[in-house]
Formats: sequence, structure tokens, C-alpha cells
Amino acid sequence: MPAMKFRVAAPPHVIAGFTVPRVMFQVLLALVPFAVVHVWLFGPALLLQLGVAAVTALGCEALALRLRGRPMPQFLRDGSVLVTAALLAVSVPPLLPWWLTAFGTAVAVLLGKHAYGGLGQNPFNPAMVGYAVLLVSFPVEMTRWPVPGPEWDAVSGATALDALRTGLAQSYTMQEILADPAFGRVGAAGGEWLNLAALLGGTYLLLRRVIRWQIPLAMLAGLALPAALMHAIDPGAYAGALFHLASGATMLGAFFIATDPVSAATSDRGRLYFGAGIGVLTWIIRSWGGYPDGVAFAVLLMNLAVPLLDRYTVPRIHGHRGR
Amino acid sequence: MSNRPALPAGLRLDARKTASLQCPLRTAPAPRIAVLAIDQGSGEAAEPIVTVGTRVGIGTPIARAASNAATDLHSPIAGVVVEIATRSTVAGVGRCILIENDATDARDPALAPVDWRALDGVTLLDCLRKAGIAGLGGAAFPAAGKLALARANAVAHLVLNGAECEPWICCDDALMRERAADVVLGGQVMLAASGATRCTIAIEDDKPEAIAAITAAIAAEQDDRVELVELPALYPLGAERQLIEAITGREVPHDALPPTIGVVCQNVGTAAAVARFVGTGEPLVSRIVTVTGSGVACPGNLEVRIGTPIADLVAACGGYQGDPARLIVGGAMTGRSLTSDLVPTTKGVNCIFAATLADLAVRDPEMPCIRCGDCATACPARLLPQQLHRAALADDRDALARLGLADCIECGCCDYVCPSQIPLTARFHAARLRMQLHDAERRRATEARERFERHERRLAEQAAAERLAFEDARRRARGAGPP
Amino acid sequence: MSVTTLLPAVGLAAGLAATIGAALGWAASRLRPDAGSLVEQIDALLPQTQCGQCRYPGCRPYAEAIASGTADIDRCPPGGEATVRSLAALLGRAPIPVDPQFGPTKPRQVAVIDEERCIGCALCLPACPVDAIVGAPRFMHTVIEAQCTGCELCLPPCPVDCIELRLTADLPG
Repeated sequence: MPAMKFRVAAPPHVIAGFTVPRVMFQVLLALVPFAVVHVWLFGPALLLQLGVAAVTALGCEALALRLRGRPMPQFLRDGSVLVTAALLAVSVPPLLPWWLTAFGTAVAVLLGKHAYGGLGQNPFNPAMVGYAVLLVSFPVEMTRWPVPGPEWDAVSGATALDALRTGLAQSYTMQEILADPAFGRVGAAGGEWLNLAALLGGTYLLLRRVIRWQIPLAMLAGLALPAALMHAIDPGAYAGALFHLASGATMLGAFFIATDPVSAATSDRGRLYFGAGIGVLTWIIRSWGGYPDGVAFAVLLMNLAVPLLDRYTVPRIHGHRGR
Repeated sequence: MSNRPALPAGLRLDARKTASLQCPLRTAPAPRIAVLAIDQGSGEAAEPIVTVGTRVGIGTPIARAASNAATDLHSPIAGVVVEIATRSTVAGVGRCILIENDATDARDPALAPVDWRALDGVTLLDCLRKAGIAGLGGAAFPAAGKLALARANAVAHLVLNGAECEPWICCDDALMRERAADVVLGGQVMLAASGATRCTIAIEDDKPEAIAAITAAIAAEQDDRVELVELPALYPLGAERQLIEAITGREVPHDALPPTIGVVCQNVGTAAAVARFVGTGEPLVSRIVTVTGSGVACPGNLEVRIGTPIADLVAACGGYQGDPARLIVGGAMTGRSLTSDLVPTTKGVNCIFAATLADLAVRDPEMPCIRCGDCATACPARLLPQQLHRAALADDRDALARLGLADCIECGCCDYVCPSQIPLTARFHAARLRMQLHDAERRRATEARERFERHERRLAEQAAAERLAFEDARRRARGAGPP
Repeated sequence: MSVTTLLPAVGLAAGLAATIGAALGWAASRLRPDAGSLVEQIDALLPQTQCGQCRYPGCRPYAEAIASGTADIDRCPPGGEATVRSLAALLGRAPIPVDPQFGPTKPRQVAVIDEERCIGCALCLPACPVDAIVGAPRFMHTVIEAQCTGCELCLPPCPVDCIELRLTADLPG
């Protein structure tokens, strides 16, 4: 009997079969409730934004891959750039001129991701890099949100957080401010539904184990605790915890933006600090800062802290006494 | 049944053991030529005590251990030693003793049962050492050596590892189902040899038949020192340090062995081999091996003589079927892949896995790490594989040491969950080898420097002594007397 | 924007730059890492063969020369490329190939005395920088393999050329 010959391979010989495209697809799926509520509140403009962002993102990714000499089909199919595009598209006002969305997406993909080395190498959340550049460069267009509601007529109106900030600056009390139609029962008028939809999507991601609980929980706690504390101390000047949790990009940020694995901390304890830092910074920027919503900048600031967090939160290895 | 303390991380894997457990244990035919590697996998050599032409029976000693880390070797068949030559074995390329079978299957007449209850612990250890009993869980470390270390450390707790957490391997399951009494007896003998007072047999809860059999065997012995603990079916709970943590709740320090915290661990197969030895005098010459995989016609568990070529074992299981793509010694997660099936088995071979492409996972091309952290969640040693990977790519030795590369047990859990399909285990293995080479180099250089400094000091002292003597002589020559 | 608003801003920026620059300069001169410890670090990367091929009497003097900038990092053939790379990493320079004028890089080797030809003259004993040769006048000499660094300093003094170098891989055992 002739001897059998076999090919060799290194162990392990079986793997779970999780892939990057699958992870990215799950995230996109989890964004669907948010997108549906968004369209219901603000009209179908979101779909155009998503389309523009997706096309720009794929185009920029292809360009960058060609310039860097990397295999295009494999990386284009991994879906990570589509997630960046989607997150950016849902964060910007739906009536933002399409060329601004395209510009922001290009900045996010080229500057926020490929300038650092592509997938897995970016220290900053690419979608937030794009958003921050847009916000700082085009502040007027970026803060022009339509009035939420089934009638898609009114173009310009203040968001709830905007109204809160200007109201506080003009020394109105919280109760007077909250009477403004921009506010719903709990938080922003449409925003509470958006946050609920994002929470739903986020829960799906948690259950499917695409994201882990440390960052979202820490961020929400980091936002809610200072808010509750300061609201208890001075209810007239500070919004309460529930308001903050239900307004702006809180849930979107907690479950979709802050959980971007590449730019977040590595260890479990590091993630708790990372999430808490984002929550606290968001609250600070919202309450005392110059921008109505602080999630984007809070995320970028904590991205800066990630190497430090990674260095100092290495968990205790099995068999070693305290580090 | 005891309760379970805190568990380390792990994965629930598809066990794939049912096919091999459908038939009862069979005995594989003895090989025509048995090829016994002198290094049975522990890395330490033994010295042959036979020459070409020596007649041997089953159980005749053919090699003596040259150090505490090697085991004595015995002939598994009756016949004549035909060659002592270098051959390829599962443990690598090394010197082997080849014995040709004379078909008499005669036992060595010197073999006799051992009245172990009458012996004291130290003598019992000596008997076990001479019986060549090695750890059958895969490492093939001398069992007597481990038990002696346990005795020296006044260990009280003996753990018999029947966890068998790795997919496809089920030799321990088959052993426990059919020879549970041997396992329990072996445990009792090991208690006497090591001086321990408590024996825990650990079995994963996906082996109900084995649990029932062991429970019955313990009840039959009516020895309240022996107990059974059920563990959840997590991989790699059967790894020694993880098992000890699961059973006792304590971690073995990374730079020490289990006896330092009062525990010694042995495989259930080793216990059964001990039982066979005291019962019949037969040293370790055969063991149970699982022959499995979709590439084998009738997978099952076989009682195999050490030194049987793997091709014979596959033939005993109906031969190959389909298109086996890989021949693996061991299980799906840590098994080593072989190029040829003519290689003989050693004491440590517990499973032959002839895998077709359907059994294996075909990896996608490697993507960059997306820092998802799933690997850290899965790591039973609580390492950070993604950080280790970055450091390994950069060959940053300081970072690798700080992150604990030396504590990686190469279980493959991180590979299993990685969405970027990065071959982490292989990278860490290569990085460890590089680090070991580098550390050896640095040790040599440091010793050389110390010797050089001693050399310089010696020369300086000699020169100083000569100068003093010269001045002394000059003084005396001038008649001035000592200063 | 008028000059009156510009001037204070420029002045503030310039003042900050000057202050921070001065502070950094002071730190660079006063808080410089101990030169002694740099020599230790360099010495720790050298192979400790003490062969003198770098034209310095030992590894330590060579380390001191590198630390003081007198010698470049490409003079150590026994260390080979690996040593150059680690020195380059330590000192923040680009690695360069070992200069062949200092000798060829050879794999690890040890000296072996041919006992048939050794006459027991003891001239090789003091030549070994790590005292790896044991023996005495009129007695057999032998090299302790584990302690030999392969520096080749024992070859010239031997009057009967009974010492040869062998690759460690070729030695039995």
C-alpha cells in the first residue's frame, strides 16, 4: 500500500468562523431601527445621505487601497468602511448638502482611517473624525436640524440640546426651557424615539455578542451620574439624567460609536474607564461647553487616552500575583 | 458530586466524539515491527539496554531513563531487536529501537503483580518508575517523578484528569466507561505512592456514561478518600492549571508547579496504567488511542501497543475513506499535523485524527487585527492576545515578556474566535522560540562576561601580589627589614 | 485685526515658546541619562566574546567607545547583524552592516584541543579571556566547551597548532 502523504498546518485546526464582514453586517443591521425612526421623524433625506456616504466611502477606500498597494477585493468586502459611512450619515443633519456629506466621509475614510494605516490601525474613530471636521468647518449647516415630526415641512429649528444651551445661557430655568416644543416627555421631542431605537439596536448587538457591555454601560453611567448629581444640587441649571440619556446622540454613541473596537481600549477595565470618560466628557461639554452635543468630541478625546489606558490596565495574568 | 468554584475563561466547542464512541473498545493488532522512540516526547533521552539480536518478551525493559525527566522503556511485543537507528517519530527525529514481532505474544516471565498495599510509598514510587509509567494526557512526563515531587511537597490532594475537553479526542471517555474500576484503583495506588489523602476524579458533564461508571466504581470501592467532580464542558478546562483552578479555586503560580500549592494532577489513563501494572506486573506498553475523523471508515477507540505505525491503526479502523486532507496527532485545537502515516505512536499519542476538509475550518486570508477583544475574553490564561500579537509582529521582547508570553498555553482559543482569522497561536509559538533562543544567548553572554571579569580580577591580584613581593625583596636586599 | 490685538498674542506665543524651549534645554543638559548606565546598556547587548576583533581590548571598552561616540556600532563580527540591530534600536540609529574589515561573522563555534598533538606547554591558558581552558604545564589541556566563547585568542599562542574551531552543531552530545 503506498504511503499516504498529507499537508501540514499549524494548530488549531478548527475555528469559529467569525469574520470581519459578519461583524460589520451585524452593526449595520442593528442600525436599521434607528434609521427607520430617523426617516419617520425627518423624512427620507437620510436615505440620500446614506447613499452619498456609502458611495463616497467605497470610492475613497478603493483609491486608498490602490495607492497603498493592498488587495482591493478582500478589503472592500469587509464592510468596515460602510459602517463608518452609515454612522456619519445618521449623525449629520438630514438636510446637509450632499457635497458636505461626501466631504466628511472622504475625510473620515482617508484621514481618519487610511492615513494611519488602514483597517485596525486608526487611533481615532473615523466617523467622529469626519463629523468633527464638518462641525468645526461648517458650524451653521451642521446645526440646522429640521423640526421633527410627521410633517416634513419646517426646515430650521433648534434641537432640544440646542434649546437647552441657549436657554440656560439666557438664564431661563429648566422648567421654562422644558416647556419649549422642542422637548418631548423625557428628552428631545424626536430624540427620545431615536435614542430608544438606538438602544434597541444596541441591545441586539449585546445579545449577539458583537459588542461587550463594558463601554455602553460605563458611558451611560458616566453621563447619567454627574447629570443626576448636578440636577439634584441645582435643578434649575442642570438637566436630569433621564433627559441626557434620551437626548442627542447618547444611545447611538454608547452602542455604536464608542464601541468601535479599533479605537477603544483593549482590556475590560480599560473599557470601563474609556466608556466612563466618554460619558463624563459628554456631560461636561453639554453642560458647560460650546457645542450642543458632546459625544463626538468626547469620543475623540478618549481615543487619545487609549494607549495610556492600555498600558495601565493590563489584567492580572493567571498564576501571577497582583500587577 | 461536589459543587464547582469559579471557572477560568473557555469556549464551548463542538465535541465531535459520538462517532468514535459508538463501538466499544477494540484491541488493535500488534505491529509487525514495533518502533520505540528512545525519547518518548519528554525531550530527555534514555539509554538502550538491549542490542541488536536480543530476544524480548512483552514488558522486557529495553531502555533505562538517563534522567528524572525520562521514563524507562519496555518492549510492547515479543520478538527480536533488529535495529537501533534514527527514525522519524511523533516526537521528532530520534534514535529508535526496532523490534520484530515473532508472533508468540509471549510475556516476559519476570513480570509479576505488585502487592502495593504492603509497600511503603517510596518503594512504590520506585516500582512505578521502573514500570515506565508516563503521563498519558499528552506530555508523557514520568508519573513517578510527579508523584515523588508531590511526596516531597507533602501534597494532600490528587486530581485525576478525566476532563478531556478537546474536540475529537475520547480515549479517556472510553477508558472510564469500560475500565472505571482500574481508574479508581490507580487513584488509590497513587494516593499511597504520593502520600496524598484525597483523590478527585474530574469529568466534564458531557460524558454521562463515564460519570455513571466512575460513580459506580467509587461506590464499589467504598473509599471515601475518592470523589467525583463534574465540570462544565468548556475548553480548555482539561489543561492542568485551569483544571486545578476549577477544582480547588486556587491558581498555580506561574513560576511554580502544582505541588507547591498542595495539588498533583494525573491523567485517568495514567491511573489505569498504574492499576494494570500492580495487577499484572505489566509495565506501560499499550494505551488507548482514539482513531477518528471523517477520513477514517470506522472511527473508534483502540487499545494500541506503543510503537505501532499510525497506518496500521487506521487500517484497523477500516482504512481511509473520502479524501483525508490532514493527519493530526492530538485533537482539533492543539494537535500536530504530520506529513506521513508511517510514523509510530509514542506513550503520549492519545488521538489520531484523519481530517477531511469538512472537519477542518478553512481560514480566510488574514486580515488586520480590529482590536475587538474577543481573544482576551476567550483566553484561559487571562492574557491579552491582541497586544501580544502587536508585540510579536514588532519582535518587541520587553513587551512580550511584560504581557506574559511565557504563560501562553497555546490552547488555540484566541485563534478560534478571531474574526480577522489571524494565526495567533502559531505566531506566539514562533515568538516563544525566538525569545527562548535570545534568552539562552543572553545567559551565555552574561556568564562569559562574569568569567572575564573574574579573569581580569585574578590577573590584577596576581600583579599586585608580584609587586608586593618584589618590593619586599628589594627592601630586604637593602637590609632595611620589614616596614 | 489690528496691530494692537495682534501684538499681545504674538508676544504671548513667543514668550511661551521661549520659556518652554529654555526648560527643555535645561532638562536635556541636567537630566541627561547617566552616561554610565548607557555603557551598561550597550555592554549588555554585546556578545561578551572578549575577542578584540573590534580593535578594543574587550567588550566593555568597545561599549564605552560607542557610548562616547568614538566608535560606530558595526565593529562586532561575533555579534553579527542581531547585535547591530539591537544597538541601533537602543541608540535610535539606523542599523548598518558589520564592517568586513573587522572580521567575518561566523556561526557559533567553540575551540577544541586535539589531545593527540597537545604538548602541555600551557601557553594557551593565559590567552583565554574567560579562563575556559583547564590544564597545567606538562598536563593535558582541554577547553571547557560550555564556557568557550569562540574568540579564537588561544589559536596564535599554540606552538603546535593543536587547537581548532568547530561549529557547536557538529559536536557530539
